[in-house]
Amino acid sequence: MNSKKINASNFIVALVALGLLLLPAYSALTGNIFILTLFTRIVIFALAAASLNLIMGYGGMMSFGHAAYLGIGGYAVGILAYEGIGSGFIQWPVALAVSALYALVIGALSLRTRGVYFIMITLAFAQMAYYVTSGLSRYGGDDGLTIYKRSTFGGLIDLSNRVQFYYLCLACLFGGIYLIWRIVNSRFGMVVRGVRSNEQRMQAIGFHANRYRLVCFVISGTICGLAGALLANNTDFISPATMYWTRSGDLMVMVILGGMGSLFGPVIGTIVFLVLEEVLSQFTEYWALIMGPLLLLIVLFARGGIMGVLGRLSRG
Amino acid sequence: MVDSLANSLADPLLRVENLVRSFGGIKATDNLSLDVLPGELHAIIGPNGAGKTTLISQLTGQLMPNSGAIHFAGRNVTWLPSYERSRLGLARSFQITCLLPDFTAADNVALAAQAHDGHSFRFWGAARKEKHLRDAAQAALTRVGLAQRADVPVSELSHGEQRELELAVALATKPQLLLLDEPMAGLGVTESARMVTLLKELRKEVTIVLVEHDMEAVFALADRITVLVYGRVIASGDPDAIRTNEEVKRAYLGEQHAVTRHG
Repeated sequence: MNSKKINASNFIVALVALGLLLLPAYSALTGNIFILTLFTRIVIFALAAASLNLIMGYGGMMSFGHAAYLGIGGYAVGILAYEGIGSGFIQWPVALAVSALYALVIGALSLRTRGVYFIMITLAFAQMAYYVTSGLSRYGGDDGLTIYKRSTFGGLIDLSNRVQFYYLCLACLFGGIYLIWRIVNSRFGMVVRGVRSNEQRMQAIGFHANRYRLVCFVISGTICGLAGALLANNTDFISPATMYWTRSGDLMVMVILGGMGSLFGPVIGTIVFLVLEEVLSQFTEYWALIMGPLLLLIVLFARGGIMGVLGRLSRG
Repeated sequence: MVDSLANSLADPLLRVENLVRSFGGIKATDNLSLDVLPGELHAIIGPNGAGKTTLISQLTGQLMPNSGAIHFAGRNVTWLPSYERSRLGLARSFQITCLLPDFTAADNVALAAQAHDGHSFRFWGAARKEKHLRDAAQAALTRVGLAQRADVPVSELSHGEQRELELAVALATKPQLLLLDEPMAGLGVTESARMVTLLKELRKEVTIVLVEHDMEAVFALADRITVLVYGRVIASGDPDAIRTNEEVKRAYLGEQHAVTRHG
């Protein structure tokens, strides 16, 4: 069984990981800068999707407000930069801490509910965050906030250098996935996954289910806050649109497309989603008309997403 | 008389006092009092709708009573949530199989052992590689005869095996009191016989409250039997006393009539 597991899905994962590692070399050889820009964005969103997968795929918590953390992480960087604090050693920990705090409050309130109510309440809180930032007139309000200088790390790394920034994002992605891998297989992860499988049973054998769910929710939000800090540096700009509900929807689609509860699935899902969006939008401005039905087909006929299909192929 | 004698020998492990729980206008538990002594196997029987599962759910904390009190091992646990009762040593098996379907048999039991082995805010080490959890799981699986099926996902186990796994999960929490809600439900003749043999072994180690429809099994196993009808205790005593009790006969005869009428 183990030898069989090596083919198809694991092979694709290894191939994609290698491709991501070698991408800057390809970009340099061909002089194609665009592809590096595109994949920097993809890698950042993949980290956000991976964090969503932790609560959605492993924890069974369908958060429809995950883009809020992208905004919070981004605004932490943007606002501190605007106020003259440019060091990443301050900006980034603040971005993570504020995201964690937001997740703690939102989680404590919304985890009292289940199912559709949970989806709606996380959506409502994210929309609230959207309107709050729209009202920050000092920081651009609706129009957003331009970040004139990327985070500095005391000369250790130059975020304005495309290749260095790309590798930083990739390191965060691989680090994040490694962390999630450790977590889901730990005692803590077994409890969270057990609660997803059968909450009543887990309570009956002695687990205070919500306590574990809440901690998982906070970890996920913190990782996504990191993605937010990266995103703000990537675009040199942060606006309320980053946390609009459609963005939360995109993240959910990336996770479902790649395969919920599969470690690397969100990465594959994000690549397919954003590359498709890029390619289709070159043909027509109504690209969403093609994208929508395509996603519908995949969700309807490929249960478990792309990784699920690959897994079935492996098993023959 | 039996009760007063037993009471003088030991404090009850579980004491239920004047428990009331109603759903709308219906009293599913109607001023119910009950003692379970350490070491005994106490069976609870009664016709369908007598409120047996409702009672078990209140004992384990899945359901809160409207009034009354539950004392377990000298503590008032009436308002404790189920996970805290589990920590005190109260374990239950479910009438309708309630397991983690996405996990293997061994995982299900190992998680129960993990729940009673310190906190689980450990984020790094692989839980499936913790030897003492796996060993505890294997030991519990062996007790119920599932040692060979440890790595089979729950969804692929037969109904009978799932009933046995329910028991293994409960055992892995090292309970002082085991509440078994119809462990024989849906079992075939040979499977039932195996379950009775297993319970005969277990009762030597742990106090058991057994809710069961299989009268043959109940009378073979129980030290004492409490009979519920419409949420009330109509009789309590040793098997012989219950067998000859007129009110009990009437209650079961009534159910028979109802069955033939509807059937």
